[in-house]
Amino acid sequence: MTPKIKQETTAMNGDEAVAFAVKQCDVDVVAAYPITPQTIIVEKFSEYVANGEVQTEFICTESEHSAMTACLAASATGARTFTASASAGLALMHEMLFVTSGSRTPVVMAVANRALSAPLNIHGDHSDSMAERDSGWLQIYVENAQEAYDSIIQAFKIAEEVGVSLPIIVGLDGFTISHTLERVDVLSEDVVKKFVGERQFPMVLTHEGKTVPFKLDPENPMTMGPNALQNYYFEFKRQQVEGMNNALKGIQEANSEYAKISGRSYGNGLIDPYKLDDAEIAIVCIGSTAGTLKVIVDQLREEGMKAGVLRLRTFRPLPVEELRNALKNVKAVAVMDKSMSPGGLGAPVFNEVRNALYDIKQHPIIVNYIFGLGGRDSSPRDLRRIFEDLTKIAKTGVAEKQVHYLGLRE
Amino acid sequence: MTTQEWKFNAKDIANKPDLFLSGHRACAGCGPAAMMRLIMKATRGPTIVTQATGCMEIVGSIYPYSSWALPWLHTAFENAAANASGIDAAVKALRKKGKIKQEHIDIIALAGDGGTYDIGLQALSGAVERGHDFLFILYDNEGYMNTGIQRSSSTPLGAATTTTPAGSVNPGKLEKKKPITEIMLAHEMEYVATATPYYWKDMLTKVRKGLEVEGPAFLHIFAPCPRGWRSEPAKTMEYSKLSVESCVFPIWEAVNGKRTLSTPSKLIALAPQKKKPVKSYLEGQGRFRHLFTPQNMHLVDEIQRATDEKWAKLLQKCEQA
Repeated sequence: MTPKIKQETTAMNGDEAVAFAVKQCDVDVVAAYPITPQTIIVEKFSEYVANGEVQTEFICTESEHSAMTACLAASATGARTFTASASAGLALMHEMLFVTSGSRTPVVMAVANRALSAPLNIHGDHSDSMAERDSGWLQIYVENAQEAYDSIIQAFKIAEEVGVSLPIIVGLDGFTISHTLERVDVLSEDVVKKFVGERQFPMVLTHEGKTVPFKLDPENPMTMGPNALQNYYFEFKRQQVEGMNNALKGIQEANSEYAKISGRSYGNGLIDPYKLDDAEIAIVCIGSTAGTLKVIVDQLREEGMKAGVLRLRTFRPLPVEELRNALKNVKAVAVMDKSMSPGGLGAPVFNEVRNALYDIKQHPIIVNYIFGLGGRDSSPRDLRRIFEDLTKIAKTGVAEKQVHYLGLRE
Repeated sequence: MTTQEWKFNAKDIANKPDLFLSGHRACAGCGPAAMMRLIMKATRGPTIVTQATGCMEIVGSIYPYSSWALPWLHTAFENAAANASGIDAAVKALRKKGKIKQEHIDIIALAGDGGTYDIGLQALSGAVERGHDFLFILYDNEGYMNTGIQRSSSTPLGAATTTTPAGSVNPGKLEKKKPITEIMLAHEMEYVATATPYYWKDMLTKVRKGLEVEGPAFLHIFAPCPRGWRSEPAKTMEYSKLSVESCVFPIWEAVNGKRTLSTPSKLIALAPQKKKPVKSYLEGQGRFRHLFTPQNMHLVDEIQRATDEKWAKLLQKCEQA
């Protein structure tokens, strides 16, 4: 596809690309607290504030808990809001993540994915946002700095759509993406602003019979964040699921509309398959690992092996139908996880994918590879070995072990 | 505070429409509920209220009902001041872009003693340091009453709560009350004051003054809780009055650090013989009942001594100012 609009080629790391995208999205309030490897995002954004390049109110809060609270409250007041965090910071926000989604405030957050303590480790894995799987946030994971830029822009549009009205995490692998300088093509601010548009609000009926936007407004007093007891709480929570369901469509639309202005798309926005059509074996992963896997698949294809990759771009909502359709003819699937669920059968992405595929009549054999925790490097050789294992499983129809640890001293 | 003095009488207040409406689920004789209805009458224009989790948050917002005739936001327990930060930033940003028409919107953050002294202290300190334009109102009933009367760091020495019960070894709470207003004064705030609903005119004036500050202001309101204090619901205002008369809770205000006693406390300072013994404040309250036994009577003396000492120090601070 030929991009219709001129773009500028820049060199930015993932964090800088995120900050640049936020700058272009006409964000009203940013509230954040520093934590590695997210810090560059707020540092860069602080420069924009200091130089008067944005009209944003920037709050340097005294904790991540207050950062998320301030974003929620600002969003409830009608502001477009953004924050960024990682690891322990995200964990400190945990309580407020549920309140933010439950309050239907479409806060956008970049998470530079990082390991959780203990032991203390600042490097990349997915433990932090996987621990927030059930917090009611949309979750998109990107493959590189370019996609980080593109996805932040899309995120505002996706989250603020009236039928969705849910907060969203854009996850970028700590250091691998957050700190690595890459080529990033950027749109002009006008184009981005037009794409994102003004913030939309659900219209609600007041007790006086007026229809007003859902926000704190002295002219239309509204009680936000009430108690809902046994008689109403359940309905509130069920409505959030509806928002998630609507996001399945919203994410695909944002992806295709964005392709029209940028020439870039990421699969259908939900899943990003690579050479999967005739694949007999496949790896499912999230994040930057997909880049390496695609190179390996190219090599294997040259060697005559029918291998493919499915990058799960959207983890919440889980694109169940897309996963089933994409993997239904594959004989053996390895799901890669950069996090753990100690005491469970495998890790979160494995659990989700395996669950989604269970209802296919002849579902593939599915195994789990846990890898890269605390930033542990996974070499192409390690990753190639997974395909070799899958070939064996596909041939014999038997998986000796369901859960494997890759690149680990045991 | 540059605006002219707000003059009002009881009739003006009675005629002002309620913004904290009847139908809420507070207990009979609830001090904070009476306070809430009154202080909302001191608002002066477009106002957004945010509230920490607690009794007063619960009783007024049980879906699908609400006692709030003002835009109102609750998010969690420890973060009323962080809510105010976000609202303040949003109002500023949206006004810059012409998306908010009102010239000014007052922001009030409300929290109980748990949401201020304990779990909410960090967010409060942070928001004040950042200079957000909001009035933080602490309604202090000296314990976690919403969860069933547990001790907070505001609970006074000797009070029995469900986590500091009076037993055969421990005579209620062993620690003294945290000096929250001194902590807030140390933030070098423009306006810090104390009030209690019996002296309603003083309380409303202080709410208005706090709102007039451009930046953070802090108001500490002492509000008796008949359930938590094991006191008669009909005597709530009497205890509010006695707390000042006994100098257990003197009322004062500090403008830019200059502290002055408010009239009811000033009258006691001028005529010390009017100062009532703490016994008169303590003895009707069930939470102090165990103190009036031979083995614990020394604690009443201790509370009297500590109250006298604090009062003397306060007088000094007011003189120095």
